[in-house]
Amino acid sequence: MLLSEGDLGAIILTLELASIVTAILLVLGTPIAWWLARTKSWWKGPLGAVVALPLVLPPSVLGFYLLLTMGPHGPVGQFTQWLGLGTLPFTFWGLVVGSVFYSLPFMVQPVQNAFEAIGERPLEVAATLRASPLDSFFSVALPLALPGFLTASILTFAHTVGEFGVVLMIGGNIPGETRVASVQIYDHVEALEYGQAHNLSAIMLIFSFLVLLALYAWRPNPKKV
Amino acid sequence: MNANVPDIRARIDLRFPEFSLDVDLTIPGRGVTALFGPSGSGKTTLLRCIAGLERAPGGHVSVAGQVWQDGDNFVPTYKRPLGYVFQEASLFPHLSVKNNLEYGRKRVDASHGHKVSLDQAIDLLGIGHLLDRKPDRLSGGERQRVTLARALALSPRILLMDEPLAALDLARKQEILPYLERLHDELEIPVLYVSHAPDEVARLADHLVLLEKGRVIASGSLHETLARLDLPTAHFDDAGAVIEANVAQQDEKYHLTRLDFAGGNLWVGKVDRPFGSRVRARVLARDVSIATQAPQGSSINNILNARIAEIRDDGPGKVLVRMRVGDTQSLLSRITSRSRDHLGLVEGMYVCAQVKSVALM
Repeated sequence: MLLSEGDLGAIILTLELASIVTAILLVLGTPIAWWLARTKSWWKGPLGAVVALPLVLPPSVLGFYLLLTMGPHGPVGQFTQWLGLGTLPFTFWGLVVGSVFYSLPFMVQPVQNAFEAIGERPLEVAATLRASPLDSFFSVALPLALPGFLTASILTFAHTVGEFGVVLMIGGNIPGETRVASVQIYDHVEALEYGQAHNLSAIMLIFSFLVLLALYAWRPNPKKV
Repeated sequence: MNANVPDIRARIDLRFPEFSLDVDLTIPGRGVTALFGPSGSGKTTLLRCIAGLERAPGGHVSVAGQVWQDGDNFVPTYKRPLGYVFQEASLFPHLSVKNNLEYGRKRVDASHGHKVSLDQAIDLLGIGHLLDRKPDRLSGGERQRVTLARALALSPRILLMDEPLAALDLARKQEILPYLERLHDELEIPVLYVSHAPDEVARLADHLVLLEKGRVIASGSLHETLARLDLPTAHFDDAGAVIEANVAQQDEKYHLTRLDFAGGNLWVGKVDRPFGSRVRARVLARDVSIATQAPQGSSINNILNARIAEIRDDGPGKVLVRMRVGDTQSLLSRITSRSRDHLGLVEGMYVCAQVKSVALM
């Protein structure tokens, strides 16, 4: 067997985390992207910058602040305790929250670009064909932005799989709970288990390459739309 | 036709730093009204205001007896029973032709029944063979025909068209114009047609609104407005009068057709249409010359008795003459000021108008 039970668990946990984060960001990121693509408000600049922050911020900074906010004395931590849920750091769902922030730009930006590329006209056309704004969003904007959603989902998924710093800060290293593949590799190296580190690293390398290959090779021809 | 069709009313006052639109317009609730003017005159903006795509605070829009905008009341575009054809083909690329046609139709409140059936719209525009195709498999002309059918299938109370032919080459235009004419002849839907092409306007419109720099400089029936010498249209190279006539006689030997109109008749190259059918003819001012006596031995077939109604300068050395033929028909002629002086032409004089060529539309 190439992989130990621990490695397999880490991979499954990683895929689980990435799937959930992608799903949450599809729901959360779409309205943000829509707003950013169409607003003429002064707030577009500041909000756009906030969304892009995780691109430049060291993951440890993001993780540090999340740790404070979600910790027992932070506002989010107080709230989750009041709900009787305990605190989020060092749990799977804490990891989900952290990854949602961390991968936000990878969902929002491609979707925003796709919405911007559609422009105003198809929505005006839909309005002259009796479609309400909500109706035209689902019947025109979403289908036309579909390639953007595909790109965004793949990027978000892959980026979440590859995250390490944030996990280390707010997730720690709990098997079956927060020990994702990247942390598992780190553990192997720490323990000088280079063989196992090799196996898992190779899997990550191949996975990442295949994801990007899919993205670049099958990207729909923009001229055709 | 119903004589009690409510008028279309639009009062729009929009001000931007570099452009303003100040219009108070009442136009007939039937037939084709052309909004005509140079680019930047505000035609498209006016059309968009009527459709509700542009918001003009404080404006008033009423169509077909319904108020669409007044005071704080603003009916959003999707609740206005209109059809809109944009300048460029605007089919949804992710839907087939059939689904494009059905997109608007299935969203229309059909409780009162459809005035125009889907089959009728498909038939009228000759797109039955295209239904399963995606828009990117259509030619430019086909796309615009589908767009038109899609708007028609809504059974709109008004059809707004923003230069629907402007993006097409001449051949494609010729392909679509007959369909637009059929629409005019067969459906009782008022049409507002934005254009800057005089030939399209002369061919399709019944009523003409001239716009310049965001203001209406003239609004009236096509015949009267095109015959007015005080408007910029009179100074176009292809200025001319439009004559509405009936096919009255076919001359097989000479391959000619006689067209009768109130005030006279015109012989033109054979028109293959049944006796009595209506034809629209355009007589350009540069194709009409004037004689003070009936000319002898002329090769010109069409010589009409006319009375000079108005003479105006038309640039250096040239004048425009407006003549009455019969009680209602006007005819324009562009001649040199030398000829005017030489023949002593004055208003009120009876003359012979020699028509060198007639363009049928």
